[in-house]
Formats: sequence, C-alpha cells, structure tokens
Amino acid sequence: MSIEISGVNKNFGDFVALQDIDLSIPTGQLTALLGPSGGGKTTLLRIIAGLEETDTGSVVIEGQDATHLPVQKRNVGFVFQHYAAFKHLSVARNIAFGLEIRKRPAEEINAKVGELLDLVHLRQFAHRLPSQLSGGQRQRMALARALAIEPTVLLLDEPFGALDAKVRKELRDWLRRLHDEVHVTTVFVTHDQEEALEVADSIVVINDGRIEQIGTPDELYDEPASEFVLSFLGPVTRLGDRLIRPHDIEISRYEQASVANGPITRWTRVGFEIRLEVTPVDHPPIQVTVTRAEASSLGLHVGDQVWLRPVVGADQVRT
Amino acid sequence: MAESHVTRHSKGPVTYLLRAFAIVYLLLLVAWPVALVVTHTFDNGLESLRAVFADPDTVHALRLSAFAAVVATAINTVFGVGVSLLLVRSEFPGKRLLSALLDLPLSISPIVVGLALVLVYGGRTGWFGPTLESGGLKIIFSTPGIILATAFVSLPLVIREVVPTLREIGIEQEQAALSLGASTWQTFWRITLPSVKWAVVYGVVLTLARSLGEFGAVKVVSGNVLGETRTATLAVEEKYLNFNASEAYAIAFLLASVSVVAIAIVSILRSREKRISS
Repeated sequence: MSIEISGVNKNFGDFVALQDIDLSIPTGQLTALLGPSGGGKTTLLRIIAGLEETDTGSVVIEGQDATHLPVQKRNVGFVFQHYAAFKHLSVARNIAFGLEIRKRPAEEINAKVGELLDLVHLRQFAHRLPSQLSGGQRQRMALARALAIEPTVLLLDEPFGALDAKVRKELRDWLRRLHDEVHVTTVFVTHDQEEALEVADSIVVINDGRIEQIGTPDELYDEPASEFVLSFLGPVTRLGDRLIRPHDIEISRYEQASVANGPITRWTRVGFEIRLEVTPVDHPPIQVTVTRAEASSLGLHVGDQVWLRPVVGADQVRT
Repeated sequence: MAESHVTRHSKGPVTYLLRAFAIVYLLLLVAWPVALVVTHTFDNGLESLRAVFADPDTVHALRLSAFAAVVATAINTVFGVGVSLLLVRSEFPGKRLLSALLDLPLSISPIVVGLALVLVYGGRTGWFGPTLESGGLKIIFSTPGIILATAFVSLPLVIREVVPTLREIGIEQEQAALSLGASTWQTFWRITLPSVKWAVVYGVVLTLARSLGEFGAVKVVSGNVLGETRTATLAVEEKYLNFNASEAYAIAFLLASVSVVAIAIVSILRSREKRISS
C-alpha cells in the first residue's frame, strides 16, 4: 500500500471537512477522489500532500509516517487546478525547478527536462513563458514539473477543471495513457463522475466529509452502496419503491406486467439520446432514456400511454 | 476590442471638454510651475548650476540628502516587503490596526512627525534619547535623525505597491514551489520576490522620490546646521530666503530631475515588461 490514511479528522472552525477517514491507496494505481464540491475531497488530497495539517489521525506514505512531515519533505508531485505556473520562468525552467532546488548537476537537469518536454509534447515551447501557452499546455507543463522530482505519489487537484470540454477530454485520455507509461501512484480529485469512471483504476466517493464507497468503476456503477453513490455516478429516477437509472427502464406501448404506467409528458432530444418523462396518476414523474432508434421502432410519441418496468439485471437501490 | 469601440462611439463634445479641462488643470497646477523652475535655473545658462557645485556646503547638502534618501529607501524596502508578506500571507490579531497605522505617515503632517521624533529621541529631554546619547549614538540634530524622519514619512509607499500585487498572485505558486522541495526562503527568493518585482521597483522609486523631497520633518530633527545637517531641501529654502533665488532654483531643479528621471525609467521598463509578458 502506497498511502495509508487512518482516523483522519479535519475541521475548519465549525465546519467539519473530514470525519474519521480510513483509506488505503495501492501503489502504482490511478485513484480518483470523487464527490460534490465542499465534500472534503480536496482537503483530503491537500492533507496527503502536506499542504494541510490533520487535526487527528495519521498519514503514512510508502511506509513512512508523514503525518507531521512538511510538504517539502514528502516528495509528492502536486498539480493545481489553476496550474500554479511560475509566471516569470520559461516552460523549461518551470520543469527544472524541483531539480534545481535539489542541486542536481546541470547536465542531468537538462537531460531530464528534455525527456519530460517530450513526454508532455511541449518540446517546441521550451523557451516560452507560461502566459504564451494555452490552458491545456500549461497543465501539461505543471504535470511535467511535478513528475520531474520523481515523486512517490502524484496528486492532482481537479486538474482539468479549468479547461473547456474538448481539451478536458483529450487531457483525460492523455493522463490515462501517461499513467500506463509512468506508473507512479496517482490520486486525482474530480467532481466529474464521467472523468472518474473513464480514467481511474479505483474510485473513492466522498461526501459530507465521509467516504461513501471505495471500489473499481464497475463495482461502483453496478453495486452502489448507497442512494448517494447511485445518484452521483449518473442520472437516476424513482420507479415504484426503487431508484434506477433512466436507461435501465423498459418501456412498452402495450399493456404488460409493469411497475408504473402513464402518458409521456415530455420529450427532449439530446444527440442520439431521447429523454422522456412519464407522469403516472399516483406516482411522481419518471425519467426514461431511450435511443433514437428505440423510440422510432417502438413508435413512441408525446401523449402515448406507456408501461414501465426495470430491465433485467438493472442496478437499483431500494429505498 | 469591443470596449475601445464603445469609447470611440461616445466621443462627443463632452469628452473633448473634459479632456481639455484635465489638460489645463494639470498644466496650471504641475507642468507650468515645474517648467518655470527649469527655465529659471537656466536663466543665466549654466551659471547657477556651476555656483551650486562650487559651494562645498551646498554639495554637502546634496550629498546628505542623497545619502539619507538611499538609506531610508533601503530600510523601507526591506521593511515594506516584510510587512507586506505579513499582511497578506498571515492572520494575526491586530492586523487591521497595523494596516491602518501604516497609512498614518501619509496622513499626518511631516512637521508633526519631526516633533514626535524629537519627543522620543531628543538628546536632552527625549523619552529614549538620553539613554542612546550616553551610549554614544546621537540621533536628533544628526544624520540618524534625518534618516529616521525620512524613513517615517515614506514608510507606506513600498507596502502600498506590494500588498495588492501579492494578493493578486495568490499562494498557489508558492505552494507549488514548496511541494517541489523549496524551503520557505528559497520560495521567497525564487518565486515570491520575482513575482512582485515590479511593484517593489515602483515602490522603491516612489520612496526615493518622496525621501529626496522631504522637508518638514527633516527641518525639525536636523537642526539645519550649515555644512553638517542641512539637506538639499533645507538649502533650497535657505538660499531662497537669502535672495539667492537662482541657486535655490538650481538645487530644486536637481532634486526634481532625479525624481522625474527615476519615474520615467520605471514607466519605460514597465511598458517593456508588459509587452514581453503579454
């Protein structure tokens, strides 16, 4: 185990940021801390980094008790949401910073910086200032800067949060490939469930200062431990006495054994997807998602009476 | 782009009127009087400047002013950067009081500053002065007093430049440096100071200009002894009152040109810096 966190509590004044956190993060994996803003995930990451002190509990990194170790001594790479680029230093000098502090010989620094510039595809920008780079390029620079010190763990705080959707997606894929190449134990904070599900080996869902569930993306998606996890990992709707995902509902225009039935009251098309709302008489409105092809083969229209039931093997939480 | 478009459209007669008013106002209040000092200095060619540099007492006064200004600026720069860091990067009780106190030197009359310093450091009756004087350190009616008074009146100028810049840059760059293994000291020299470099330079120039021109506080604490504790501004007054107006103008011209040159250099450097970084 690379990072062992036990019994960690953290308050900011009256606000309880983290409560009795126990967590083991395995070596070499890409772990996501997922949860809504203000849930404590960034605080936990900053505690691992040493940028924040715990009130109680301990943090052990690679077998060494780091609870009271200052950030400089932890050998962690930290990547900030807003890059924290050293504005007055060139891209190459930014990346070299940690090595210069460690007083490595100049040839070694140059070689390492060159290697990292290639890794993050910024070779041709080596002598630019950060202000001359795009957001995505700055974040890649920040990542190279953190990797330069060969950190025991790499910590990323909402690394793609400030980027636009397209760059976000590119960098997310790139981070996954990079991790497969470099294999450094990586923990990243995100509030975007899609990002966590797509990139991470394992996900820690944090809400209200507590860990809700730990597991692989599949485990979380297929066996959510709570209503919160189910609803946070994707859209949910209520069908009878259960919570279910809108695409896990079987919809039929013909009377059949069903949990609820009623007319289609809303019809929203988003790309290939059609989001329907069905409003039974004695039941709150139910969201149902079907593909465009399904909708046309079933011959669905607004106002049609439909019968709903869970598809076989759907994830659901009884409430 | 859109913004400049808006201004271009709204450029009516009122805009021109306001612009003319501002220019006339500045001309009457600043440019014309200062220009007159320059023309009066060169009424007899270089004669008055030559007279100034021929008088050893005046040269001494110029030297003393320069020395006091440089030392006071050095003190206020180190102190100012330190206090700015304290104000922006840490929380402590009384912080707002300290922040308010730092503006005091700008708001109270320099004459009051001088009198206050005499009350504390005066050689005979001062609160602290006799003790220091018996230890061999004379403050009032001596160079340390002049430096002290100069430093007092120009105290907030570096701080007022550096504090907003420190706020603006935030702490993430510093935290990133720490996470990369830099000590607090290394972080200060390699990250914080370069980031606020231009604010410090600008603060230093303002402090220097203000220090060179200080009159009231220095007049009280220096004793105004010819060839010993008379500074350049005091010499200007002395010459002027003794009907030696041409030399008074010449010294005033020298003082003003140092400030103008300093501010000109900074604005040139600043605009170049902006061009590079944008």
